[in-house]
Amino acid sequence: MSKKYLPKPAWLAAAGMLALPGLAFAQANTPSVNAGNTAWMLTATALVLLMTIPGLALFYGGMVRAKNTLSVLMQCFAICCLVTLIWVLWGYSVAFGGQGAYWGGLSKAFMAGVGVDSVSGTIPETVFSTFQLTFAIITPALIVGAFVERMKFSAMLWFIGIWVTLVYFPIAHWVWGSGGWLGGDGVQDFAGGTVVHINAGVAGLVCALVLGKRSGFPRTMMRPHNLGYTLVGASMLWVGWFGFNAGSELAADGVAGMAMLVTQIATAAAALTWMFVEWGSHGKPSVLGICSGAVAGLVAITPASGYVGPMGAIVVGAGGGFFAYYAVTMLKTRLGYDDSLDAFGVHGVAGIVGALLTGVFSSKSLGGAGLSDNASSIIGQVGIQALGVGVTIVYCGVVTLIILKVLEAVMGLRVSPEDENTGLDLALHDESAYDL
Amino acid sequence: MKLIAAVIKPFKLDEVREALSEVGVQGITVTEVKGFGRQKGHTELYRGAEYVVDFLPKVKIEIAIEDTNLEEAVEAISKAAHTGKIGDGKIFVTELEQAVRIRTGETGEDAL
Repeated sequence: MSKKYLPKPAWLAAAGMLALPGLAFAQANTPSVNAGNTAWMLTATALVLLMTIPGLALFYGGMVRAKNTLSVLMQCFAICCLVTLIWVLWGYSVAFGGQGAYWGGLSKAFMAGVGVDSVSGTIPETVFSTFQLTFAIITPALIVGAFVERMKFSAMLWFIGIWVTLVYFPIAHWVWGSGGWLGGDGVQDFAGGTVVHINAGVAGLVCALVLGKRSGFPRTMMRPHNLGYTLVGASMLWVGWFGFNAGSELAADGVAGMAMLVTQIATAAAALTWMFVEWGSHGKPSVLGICSGAVAGLVAITPASGYVGPMGAIVVGAGGGFFAYYAVTMLKTRLGYDDSLDAFGVHGVAGIVGALLTGVFSSKSLGGAGLSDNASSIIGQVGIQALGVGVTIVYCGVVTLIILKVLEAVMGLRVSPEDENTGLDLALHDESAYDL
Repeated sequence: MKLIAAVIKPFKLDEVREALSEVGVQGITVTEVKGFGRQKGHTELYRGAEYVVDFLPKVKIEIAIEDTNLEEAVEAISKAAHTGKIGDGKIFVTELEQAVRIRTGETGEDAL
């Protein structure tokens, strides 16, 4: 999230004085709301929510077997609801409530002090908080891809609730919160490559390892049951991502415009990269391939979107698509873990590639907006980026592992083999997606 | 009386139905089936995960027919369903002992 708050344009202040002379002095001295920025951020917030429900839900829902369709849609939807309440109770405060280096404190728990007149930068604090909430929703929802078709719904709810509290909120504070130690170190993460994607990807990998493989993996046929859903979901993710990346400027300005443009470019570059690599190595281009590539591109450009230029975006996108392709087709097969829908392969790997390439292409010499003040060269910036990546991987990996091990001992993580065979829709929800 | 059971490629169903109408066949029963023969299955690839699909979708048609019309009907099917590529299907002919038209109670060839 960009922490740049634009000064209110002088002409707007002048117009305010003419229209509302009584308020003119008050406006000059206190932070004030910019209508254009607010209008855009209201819109961006709705776009990012659309990414999870129904975008991500459909993207994932189409990739599982028919008997588990509803369980995936349900997981995404329930996460949306659960994280919303946790956010207003303590999440917003822990992430953005105060100035601490490691957490934001509890001063804004229960949304204390956040009212109609609260201002954050140039937008109402209510809008800022809701915008950030939609990020807190999609991050744990991304992890779903790693444990579909086998995790208990109750264990899933406990895991997500604890995970956002112990992993997401602190890391969001480190990178974006005021006083957060990673943001202060000069890590460039415009819209959440580290906080959202590497974080979710690593948590997904740990989930896949702790829960174990789906019964029958990899020998049994587990082909996606409806790639039409997947394409619709990927398209909604793409559209919603404009809110995610361009919205992260927190203003309606030139940086937001550039973030939108580079998002479009990187996504297209990654989708085509995946398609052509697959075409070359397996003989045919696939729908799942081009959709996966698009999402990998969106992930890769996320940290870079406010920093790189259009040509840098092509490289960032192509790099994300290329490495994610090899992660899901070769790395996963070789290591043998069942990251069922490639939460790590796509979000973790493309997130890491994007975070590192941000340090390269944010350089003014390569068409970017400039390195952070803490870096004197591209290598220096890449080093800072690697620090952000490394800290996230280690912290997220360790804490996720502990949460899962505790829950496994207390309540168990997996459904019974019989329920897994029946399918989670019937076994856990007494419903089925299709009556054919 | 004979019973013809033919397993054909699904996209050939309309042509086969028309060819049978032309030789005077009054009714057929169609079932969507799956199976394999010399064609074997095919492979599908999802993000690098390769699945062998053993059974391919086919259409099975069944026709009860008088002995005298058998040759014509079998020829109509084999011509209409022919593509020359592997997987065109097979035609099986068996003796049919009895047929009953439920509405009228007619039996034997009168019921066909």
